[in-house]
Amino acid sequence: MNVYAVRTIYAHEMHRALRTLFQSVVSPVLSTSLYFVVFGAAIGSHITEVGGVSYGAFIVPGLIMLMLLTQSVSNAAFAIYFPKFNGTIYELLSAPVSSFEIVLGYVGAAATKSIILGLIILATANLFVDLEIAHPVWMAVFLVLTAVTFSLLGFIIGIWADGFEKLQFIPLLIITPLAFLGGTFYAIDMLPPAWQTVTLFNPVIYLISGFRWSFYGVADVSLAASLLTIGAFLTVCLAAVWWIFKTGYRLKA
Amino acid sequence: MTTPTQFLFRETGQADSGAGGQASAAVMDAGSAIHVRGLTKHYDSGFRALHDVNLDIRHGEIFALLGPNGAGKTTLISIICGLVNASEGTVLVDGHDIQRDFRAARQRLGLVPQELATDAFAKVHASVSYSRGLFGKPRNPAKVEQVLRDLSLWDKRDERLMSLSGGMKRRLMIAKALVHEPRILFLDEPTAGVDVELRRDMWNLVQRLKEDGTTIILTTHYIEEAEEMADRVGVINQGQIKLVEETRELMRQLGRKQLTLHLETPLAQVPETLSAYGLTLGDDGHELIYTYDGQGDRDSIPALLQALDAHGIHFRDLHTQQSSLEEIFVSLVRDGHR
Ligand SMILES: Nc1ncnc2c1ncn2[C@@H]1O[C@H](COP(=O)(O)OP(=O)(O)O)[C@@H](O)[C@H]1O
Ligand SMILES: [Mg+2]
Repeated sequence: MNVYAVRTIYAHEMHRALRTLFQSVVSPVLSTSLYFVVFGAAIGSHITEVGGVSYGAFIVPGLIMLMLLTQSVSNAAFAIYFPKFNGTIYELLSAPVSSFEIVLGYVGAAATKSIILGLIILATANLFVDLEIAHPVWMAVFLVLTAVTFSLLGFIIGIWADGFEKLQFIPLLIITPLAFLGGTFYAIDMLPPAWQTVTLFNPVIYLISGFRWSFYGVADVSLAASLLTIGAFLTVCLAAVWWIFKTGYRLKA
Repeated sequence: MTTPTQFLFRETGQADSGAGGQASAAVMDAGSAIHVRGLTKHYDSGFRALHDVNLDIRHGEIFALLGPNGAGKTTLISIICGLVNASEGTVLVDGHDIQRDFRAARQRLGLVPQELATDAFAKVHASVSYSRGLFGKPRNPAKVEQVLRDLSLWDKRDERLMSLSGGMKRRLMIAKALVHEPRILFLDEPTAGVDVELRRDMWNLVQRLKEDGTTIILTTHYIEEAEEMADRVGVINQGQIKLVEETRELMRQLGRKQLTLHLETPLAQVPETLSAYGLTLGDDGHELIYTYDGQGDRDSIPALLQALDAHGIHFRDLHTQQSSLEEIFVSLVRDGHR
């Protein structure tokens, strides 16, 4: 194992986040906080409680998830797209680094950044509402698994993308809508029955439900379903990454 | 008709295939710095960029890969360095297979690609340190400093790459390739679009590296460059290695001249008694061709002419020819396009 290389990639990526502190930290924290303030205040004045939880507190896990998904994907996608774009990928491909080590460095860094962002938002939200975390270990499990899985997805998108439009396409047109419709702002049983069924096809609700359960012990779907969903996602992404490196897809001619 | 260039080409071609076919030579080959066998590359477009390439680069030599644009030089280097997948064939670096044993192989290689590629936002020093880390070497500020100084980049160490000139960027890419202390260095068109000063610095660096025992493979389409720098030259065209020769030997052969005698009556064969001259027949026996060393055997022509006269072989006309590397090159390239 080329530990130096993993450490080098990881450090390089973390350093890049520091260099672009506003874009990578301030901006997502700010926008999530805005959601929190606007939705919490606007809707919270109509709905005081959901399942025994104050509305302001209810939306926090969903908002963190929302940010976690979009940031993990766009972070990791950009991280690997950039060297492809400027040509410096040659160095990575010619180095004595295995694909596993490349993934560990890039996805590890992207996931770390998302997790740090999640914790910052959690701390920020705690200033406004009373948060309780019923199952802290499960919360950490969901946080880490989601960050890793969606960083992997981002990595795949970054390799697939051959232009900036494609790079933004999936986060913007698929992940954000799914996250918004994934029960961040409402419990599923608040929807009309037909919509409840449709919503169950949205994988994001399983993530948000599980994450919220780790806070308040209330869930839309069973914990097992949530874990199964994230596990399946992770497996698919790992398989895709494995295939990418095996074939050299979009990396090697 | 045999042209001088075909003559050269054929002779070295035979020498090559002979070496490859012998068992003892094969054992020696496995100890090459780079050992390429049966390498073929079809790009996804279906284009065949390399065709059955066999090549051995010796330890510590400067090897120039000479060929026109599109010959397959970059493709060959890219496969060896892991940027492009081979379709067929094997490559060993210092005896290590580039696929099965990629770590050992790549650790030994340094690559300065043809195209400038830099992360505009990174800083010089950090960028060079990064390269060292990628290759699995522990941090070593002294080594980074030495490489940066060698390439006149030390004063720029805290600058962002976007502020560097083209020449400086190229220096940086060389620094990045050297900082992990590779035993074998690839320079893909190192002097393309490079100013005089950088070119001179680069050649000095190459000489220094060679003295330290580094094997250097460079590509170029400038013949003079290959002549000046390389211990051996390989000519590649249309994905095929056309010729591999010691630069000195090549130059010696280039010094060779050819005398063609247009005979009055065609010969069926060269008389036995003239065999010492190594004469060949051309144009169905209408031409008698004598190849000789331009510097060495100056007296041989009068002797040959006397001998011919003695055999009753008369000629109507004669002409002499001298080949140049340029000529060989042009001829090889043209042959390829036929
Ligand atoms: N990725 C690619 N896909 C298809 N054809 C390619 C690709 N890269 C190079 N080629 C073709 O392969 C040939 C050899 O290219 P290259 O190795 O770059 O030549 P050189 O370095 O000798 O100029 C050229 O005809 C080029 O157009
Ligand atoms: Mg080239």
